[in-house]
Amino acid sequence: MLIDWQAFRLTIELAVVVSAILFVIGLPLAWWIAFSRWRWKFFVEAMVALPIVLPPTVLGFYVLVALGSQSPLGRWWQSLTGHTLAFTFTGLVIGSILYSLPFAVQPFAASFSSVDRKLLAASATLGASPLRTFFRVVVPLSVPGLVTGVVLAFAHTMGEFGVVLMIGGNIPGVTRTVSIGIYDQVQASNYSAANAMALLLLVFCFVVLTVVYGLNRRTPNQRLWRMGPVK
Amino acid sequence: MPAEIKPANPTLSARIRKSFPSTEREFSLVVDFNAAPGFTILFGASGSGKTTLLDCVAGLATPDAGRIAVGERVLFDADRHDTGSRTNVPVAKRGVGYVLQALALFPHLTVEQNTEYGLAHLPRPARKQRVVAMLQEFRIEQLRQQRPTEISGGERQRVALARALVTDPCVLLLDEPLAALDAATKSKLLDDLRRWNQAHRIPILYVTHSREEVLALGERVLVMEQGRIIAHGTPHEVLSAPLQETVAQLAGFENIFDATVESVHEDRGTMLCRIMTCRLPADKPGIVVLLETPLIRAEMGSCMRVGIRAGDILLAIAKPVGLSARNVIAGRLVSLERRDMMISARVDCGVDMEVYLTLAACDALSLAEGREVWLVIKTHSCHLMQR
Repeated sequence: MLIDWQAFRLTIELAVVVSAILFVIGLPLAWWIAFSRWRWKFFVEAMVALPIVLPPTVLGFYVLVALGSQSPLGRWWQSLTGHTLAFTFTGLVIGSILYSLPFAVQPFAASFSSVDRKLLAASATLGASPLRTFFRVVVPLSVPGLVTGVVLAFAHTMGEFGVVLMIGGNIPGVTRTVSIGIYDQVQASNYSAANAMALLLLVFCFVVLTVVYGLNRRTPNQRLWRMGPVK
Repeated sequence: MPAEIKPANPTLSARIRKSFPSTEREFSLVVDFNAAPGFTILFGASGSGKTTLLDCVAGLATPDAGRIAVGERVLFDADRHDTGSRTNVPVAKRGVGYVLQALALFPHLTVEQNTEYGLAHLPRPARKQRVVAMLQEFRIEQLRQQRPTEISGGERQRVALARALVTDPCVLLLDEPLAALDAATKSKLLDDLRRWNQAHRIPILYVTHSREEVLALGERVLVMEQGRIIAHGTPHEVLSAPLQETVAQLAGFENIFDATVESVHEDRGTMLCRIMTCRLPADKPGIVVLLETPLIRAEMGSCMRVGIRAGDILLAIAKPVGLSARNVIAGRLVSLERRDMMISARVDCGVDMEVYLTLAACDALSLAEGREVWLVIKTHSCHLMQR
């Protein structure tokens, strides 16, 4: 069999779960980054951005240590479930969330910041709570940025390698993703199988990105929304 | 808030101090005023602190000290009193209607959804009913399904007003709401706003730097300069006989002269003022320009300042007779300068006076530089100010 369909299913499943979770935790985090006036905010921003520059093996290594039976988190999880998080799908999800965090949060925060503050002031004078302002004004006006963030997180998770290798290893059906499968085939000199999977991944990612950016191209039109009174 | 539990006398009283420490230019707002139901105009140049004042009342900015209340209801109080903490009602709970200068309509919502935005606490049928009534009152019902980008500037102003008024605010703040509109649209909208205010007697703070709007709306005017209220009164008091020269410049006096009171005619309600000529023309030695002005409280010989609008002066090419106007001054045309659709003429009659003429008038009189002319100025076109 040229293509490891199980690895494909697993990878897509991982990417969907990770981008969905990142959407949920990314919204409040990005809101805080966009609107907080805390003086040490830059510290949090640097933390969020760290996975962009950090080698995946470094991130993977520390996540592995944190999830392992030597750490408080790992012990707590083990007492709860009877096994460790390392080399499980759940562990993979946790590592991937950390790894793809900036790819979701940064576009979210950028689009939140670009919402005209006067609209927020107007919303408040009309009696809206900050939460209502967020969901009725900020989020609808940030749709392009939200889509971009989710898609980047999805694509980034689809293609990750180092973190998966460190945390998950190579267990078929549990932690073997497409990129690991390709690496395996190359190691075994099965170039045609490696090529088939690599090509499929390439086409799949390209199609997903094209469709999303195509749907999202109304941006110039939406910029018109930000117009003030006619002068 | 239903009408019956509103305070009977919802006067806005504000005592605000707020400073903005800045390296370039320190600015502080220090005001203390009451605004009764009806229009109160905040008049002043940009940067005089009008918008900051509105922001403080709305709760978007926090004063350093002072107290803001509507009737008995305290919105802000820096004094801790017995409670141990200052009062600062959050923006969303103040019930202050605020139409920002930029309008800030929600671009992703329709006109109807925009108007409905502040009524989330009401059940749906009541909400719809209020919105429809308000859209009808401001004549924008036909735009219900449109978005703000799809309607005209005047319509957007109406939506912004309707959106603020539908919440039944206890105070209404309007920051140059008509600045971007043409005169016809403006006056129609002002009529609607005035009609609404007759049915809903709440204080309206109306920021503008337009003279016409002050005269059209004003029951009371507060003139602001550099964060202070420097004059207040009816539009006529503040604009027709300004107390300070900055007001005069705002009110558009092109001609401002130093003058001394020559004689006072209390029986006729007039005075005679001598304009100080800053230079003596060589060809007209000893020229004295006398102006008859309205009577104000001033001693003989005291120093005043006279402001005359360039548009209030008539120009004649022969010495006019049989006029009601009391000031006819001879002079020589120094220059004619075209400004857009009118002519600005400079006349030397001992002092330089600027006169506005229409293009047709300039042609009909076949005016040319150097020509001898007479200027006609009505007594009540001379506005006196303290120096």
